[in-house]
Amino acid sequence: MNFLRNKLDKLKPHFTKGGKYARFQSVFEGFETFMFVPDKVTFKGSHIRDSIDLKRTMTVVIIALLPALLFGSYNTGLQHFRSTGVDPSVLQAFWFGFLKILPLIIVSYVVGLGIEFIAAQIRGHEINEGYLVTGLLIPLIMPVDVPLWMLALAVAFSVILGKEVFGGTGMNVFNPALLARAFLFFSYPAWMTGDKVWTAGLTAGKNVVDGFSGATPLSLSAAGEIAKLPSFMNMFIGTIPGSVGETSTIAILIGAAILIITGVGSWKIMVSVFGGGLSMGLLMNALSANSYMEIPFYYHFVMGGFAFGAVFMATDPVTGSQTERGKWIYGFLIGVLSILIRVLNPAYPEGVMLAILLMNVFAPLIDYYVVQSNIKKRLKRAKVATNTLTK
Amino acid sequence: MSNQEREPILSAKNLRLLKEPLGKNNPITVQVLGICSALAVTVKLKPAIVMALSVTIVTAVSNLVIATLRKSIPDRIRIIVQLVVIATMVILVDQLLKAYMFDVSKQLSVFVGLIITNCIIMGRLEAFAMANKPWPSFIDGLGNGGGYGIILIVVSFFRELLGSGTIFGYPVLEKLGLYKAGYENNGMVILPPMALIFVGLIIWFHRSKDKSLVEKR
Repeated sequence: MNFLRNKLDKLKPHFTKGGKYARFQSVFEGFETFMFVPDKVTFKGSHIRDSIDLKRTMTVVIIALLPALLFGSYNTGLQHFRSTGVDPSVLQAFWFGFLKILPLIIVSYVVGLGIEFIAAQIRGHEINEGYLVTGLLIPLIMPVDVPLWMLALAVAFSVILGKEVFGGTGMNVFNPALLARAFLFFSYPAWMTGDKVWTAGLTAGKNVVDGFSGATPLSLSAAGEIAKLPSFMNMFIGTIPGSVGETSTIAILIGAAILIITGVGSWKIMVSVFGGGLSMGLLMNALSANSYMEIPFYYHFVMGGFAFGAVFMATDPVTGSQTERGKWIYGFLIGVLSILIRVLNPAYPEGVMLAILLMNVFAPLIDYYVVQSNIKKRLKRAKVATNTLTK
Repeated sequence: MSNQEREPILSAKNLRLLKEPLGKNNPITVQVLGICSALAVTVKLKPAIVMALSVTIVTAVSNLVIATLRKSIPDRIRIIVQLVVIATMVILVDQLLKAYMFDVSKQLSVFVGLIITNCIIMGRLEAFAMANKPWPSFIDGLGNGGGYGIILIVVSFFRELLGSGTIFGYPVLEKLGLYKAGYENNGMVILPPMALIFVGLIIWFHRSKDKSLVEKR
C-alpha cells in the first residue's frame, strides 16, 4: 500500500492546478479517493466529516450484492446444463455461469464509467462513484442472453438521459439501473420477455432436451399454469430461470442483512415494500377471481424480482423518499403496485420494475407532503402554546 | 392617396419573420407548442412531411384571412371567428388529402382534424395576425409552419430509421446488411415517449448551439 501511496503522491503535482495534466484532475482524484480514504478536513464551521464517504458506502452495497452475483453465476450455469440435459458439478455450473456473466459486467462498467469520466471532464466536476453500484446492478437484472450491444446502448441511455442531463450522481429522478432495464424492455421486448431468454444458449436452441421450457415462475403464473410452478423452497433458494441476480431470495436476504447492519440501506423501505406486497397479495387471495389471484401470497416474495427490487432498487437513497415517514408510504406503495401490475396486467409479467420507476416520480411529492404536515402540526402546537400563554 | 413608401415584398423585416421561427423562435423547441401532434405523427417520414405541409398551409392562409379581417372582427368574439377560419382551412386540407393521398390521410387519421386545436395556429392568429397587415402575417404563418415542420421531419427521420430501419419506406438498414450483423429495430422509438425524448435532445442541441436561449440564473 505504501508503494501505491508514494506513487500517487509523486504524480499528484502534475494533476493539480498549473500541472501538466491539470485537465485530468478529476480522473486522478477519482482513482486516488477510490484507493485511499480522502484526507480532506473541514476548516470552517461545525461540519463533521465522516470517513465513510460515498465511495465507501458504495463499496458496502457492492459487498451486499456479491451473494446474489455468486449465486446468479451458479444458477446461470445450472439452468444451462439442465436445458442440455447434463448434470453439472457445482464448480462446473458456477464457472460456466461466471464466464457468461463476466462480459455483461465488463460492458456495463466500461460504457457507464466511460461516460461518467467524460461527463466529469467536460463539466470539471469530480468523478462521482454512483456508477460503481449501478454498473453491477445492471447485469444482475438482465436476462443472461441479452446481446452486449443492446446492453451497452441501454447503459448509455440510462447514464446520459437518466442521470447526466439531470446533473449527475445524486440528481437523477429515476433509478439508472432500472431505467436501463426499462429501456431494453420496451425497445427489444423479444430479448427481455418470453420463455427462452432466461437460460444461456436457449435462444440459439442447440442440444436442448425435449420438454425443457425455461419459463420463469412469473410467466407460468401469467399463463395460468399454476400447477407447473416450482416448489416454494426452490424459488426461495433460487434454482429457477430468471434474470441473473434476482432468482435467489436467500442470497438477496444476506445482502439485505449486510445493508441493514451497516446502516447503508433503509430497513424501513425494505420492510414496507414487503408489507405492501403482503397486503396486496392477501387482497388478491381474498378476491381469487382467477388462478393467478389464487396462488399463495407468500409466493410473490420469492418469484421474479420482488425481493431484489425491495432490497437493492427501492432503497436507492437518491431516487427514494428522504423523510422517515415518507419511506414507509413510498415502500408500501411499491409493494402494492408491484403485485397489482403482476397479477392484473398480462402485458407486463413483472411489475416491480415499473412500480419502482413510478414511485421514483412520486417520492419528492410524498416528501413534500410529509414535510408540510409536520410544519402544520408544529404551527398548531405553537399556536396552542401562545393561546394558553395569553389566557 | 397615401404617400407611404411601398415595402418590398421580401424586406429585411419580412425575411426575419420567415427565419426566426425556423431557429431562434422555433414553435416546438423554444415555445414548446404543438408537442402533441409532433409526438403522434412522426413515426414515419412521409406522414410527418404531409402533416408539416398541412400545418404550414393552414397557418399561413388563416393568418392571411384573419389579418385581412382584423379591423372588422369584434373583439369579444374574435376567438370564435378565428376558430371558424381555421376549421374551414382544416376541412379543406383534410378533404384534399382524402381525395389525393388516401393512404397518408388514413395514417394521419384524426390528427389532421386536430390541427384545429394546434396551439401554434391559435397562437399566431392571436399574437400576430390580429395586429399586423396581411402580407407579413402570411409570411409569419409560413415561417412558423416551417419551424414546426423542420422539427417534425428531423424527429421522424430518426424515428423511422431507428424504429423501422427505413427511410421513406426504403429498407436502408437491410441493404447495409446490419440485420445480419445482429442489429435489431428499436421498438421504443416507435412509441410516443421516445419522440418526446428526441424533441428533448433537439432542444438540448439547439440550446447548446445558441447560448442566448439559455435562461440567466
